[in-house]
Amino acid sequence: MKKLRILSLAMAAAMSVSLLAGCSNGTATTPEDDTTSTATGTAFKIGGTAPLTGDASIYGLAVQRGAQIAVDEINAEGGSIQFELKYEDDVNDPEKAVNAYNTLKDWGMQLSLGSVTTKPCESTSVYNFEDRIFALTPSASSTAVVEGKDNVYQMCFTDPNQGLASADYINSQGLGEKVFIIWKNDDVYSTGIKDTFMAEAEKLGLEVVGDATFATGNDQDFSVQLNQAKEAGADLLFLPMYYQPASLILAQADAMGYEPKFFGVDGMDGILTMEGFDASLAEGVMLLTPFNADATDDATVNFVTKYKELYGEVPNQFAADAYDCVYAYKLALETAGCTPDMTAEELCDKMIETFPTITFTGLTGDGDITWQTDGKVSKAPKGMVIQNGAYVGME
Amino acid sequence: MDFSSLLLGLLDNLVRGLSLGSVYAIIALGYTMVYGIAKMLNFAHGDVIMVGAYICFFATSTYGLPPVVGILLSMAVCTVLGIVIERLAYKPLRQAPSLAVLITAIGVSYFLQNAAQLLWTSSPKVFSSVVPKGDVSFFGGQLSVTYLTIVTIVVCVVIMLVLTFFTNKTKMGKAMRACSEDKGAAQLMGIDVNATISITFAIGSALAAIAGVLLCSAYPNLTPTTGSMPGIKAFTAAVFGGIGSIPGALLGGLLLGIIEIFAGSYISTQLSNAIVFGVLIIVLLVKPAGLLGKKIREKV
Repeated sequence: MKKLRILSLAMAAAMSVSLLAGCSNGTATTPEDDTTSTATGTAFKIGGTAPLTGDASIYGLAVQRGAQIAVDEINAEGGSIQFELKYEDDVNDPEKAVNAYNTLKDWGMQLSLGSVTTKPCESTSVYNFEDRIFALTPSASSTAVVEGKDNVYQMCFTDPNQGLASADYINSQGLGEKVFIIWKNDDVYSTGIKDTFMAEAEKLGLEVVGDATFATGNDQDFSVQLNQAKEAGADLLFLPMYYQPASLILAQADAMGYEPKFFGVDGMDGILTMEGFDASLAEGVMLLTPFNADATDDATVNFVTKYKELYGEVPNQFAADAYDCVYAYKLALETAGCTPDMTAEELCDKMIETFPTITFTGLTGDGDITWQTDGKVSKAPKGMVIQNGAYVGME
Repeated sequence: MDFSSLLLGLLDNLVRGLSLGSVYAIIALGYTMVYGIAKMLNFAHGDVIMVGAYICFFATSTYGLPPVVGILLSMAVCTVLGIVIERLAYKPLRQAPSLAVLITAIGVSYFLQNAAQLLWTSSPKVFSSVVPKGDVSFFGGQLSVTYLTIVTIVVCVVIMLVLTFFTNKTKMGKAMRACSEDKGAAQLMGIDVNATISITFAIGSALAAIAGVLLCSAYPNLTPTTGSMPGIKAFTAAVFGGIGSIPGALLGGLLLGIIEIFAGSYISTQLSNAIVFGVLIIVLLVKPAGLLGKKIREKV
């Protein structure tokens, strides 16, 4: 018992030392810091929370795997920057995400990959801000994740950004005259995109003839929504949602003989990799997505091949965003001249300075990726259309 | 909009309501069967449905077996699964308060979901319908009913009739009703209560397999959580129709589907769930035992 108490006292002391050291940032690091921030002192410790089990595990596992591939590549090169990656399961639950975050903090996480899904990330990002641990989330896309936090950054588009880009794209390419939106009303992702889409469409003079909604538990039968779209005479259906409900919408529209154009957002990515999905249903579906697994550039081919070898499936955009996150960290750390013996707080300040200044090229986005000081990413989405069961770039 | 097109729209919605409702009804039959006999809410029912759908998916899509074999195989697996669950999880709690059994059922439900996820991963699989695509048209093609809807409704009615006959006329059925009325007295009359309850679960689980196959034929996304929400809706349908009543489950399921579609079509897709459950509350306020439920006086 006594031993335990001494141990806990020692730990508390070590922790408070690191806290104090954190307060006086910029001063020389004391040896005590190393005991809590890095065990090895040779690699940067990156941590993130993700739904590794449960409903949303398809996203969590993709992110974990994508990030792991990047870390392994970087470590294998043997450069000055080495990473140690750790993911904790949050089951897509905000409370469990905070517990997972605390586990990572105890482990000595220096840089964070935030959380994968939006709601958990809205919770953990608050702690990232308070604890001064820099976060770059691959995929949590609501504006609430980054708002008011100077050290939380995103690799994915924000939701409003997607709505805006979609409306602009549909309008400028003249894809549809009468747009109907089916959205998910208990999902901030879907609602956020739909709201900005509607506002932008109004500004552009793009006619939205109506909208209909669904929610978790009501997401199997879309006959009502499709019927409303048909009666409204819509020639383009905008679907700001993930691919599971979208696949049902495509199948049910096909069954009722309704053939409008379909336009999706990045959540639509993944529809072609569903086991047993009839790709002819998705023929002609258009979407804006940051990543195209069929692209022929070396980086993408290399990543997709490795991913397929290791996990037996085609990576989705979540995996690619996570891969990019790790490489963006590498670039930022190199630019700022950081070393693994720095504390999380010191790294945090360096990253806040560095991220808005770097220009990164990765798997996602069409061209260069940059960040604004508010943490939002700026990258061009790729317009894709599905032809013969594969994504083809749209002009 | 003229009168005939209004009427046609109404009929069209009715058909869509029936097709949604028939899926609820077929799940509700399994719920109500187990509740009626064993007097327990088997919240794992929705997850047995999911297992049934997976078995049929692997049989037909992966191994290329004909749909009939897939259905029979998944019925066999689910029957065994139902009996095993009953033996391991519910039988030791036969004397325990019903709340303990209810919590255990929720535990079994989570166990099945997570086991399915470990075995089959959470990435969705697309189920190919066991009923051929196509439809029957009326009024010169203005109204069409898919084969699947017809098959689901027919299967529902057949199951309802067979179950009603089985529980009312056969010896085993009589034993079941005796167990449901008074387990102690049934045992004194020489009925093997444990075996009877096991058989109830076996039948309920075989029905779950059929429900799973038809559910996924209609809505082809198959994930480890596929069964949970339809399971809860079907439970609602069973309560709506009067839980424990076999024709009530059919009626409740169909009505739930029709109300859901009508509320979405004519009022608001945002409010359709709120309206469905609002109607449920009103019905239960007026008829606490459900539409066809029997009022049972509790002895104090």
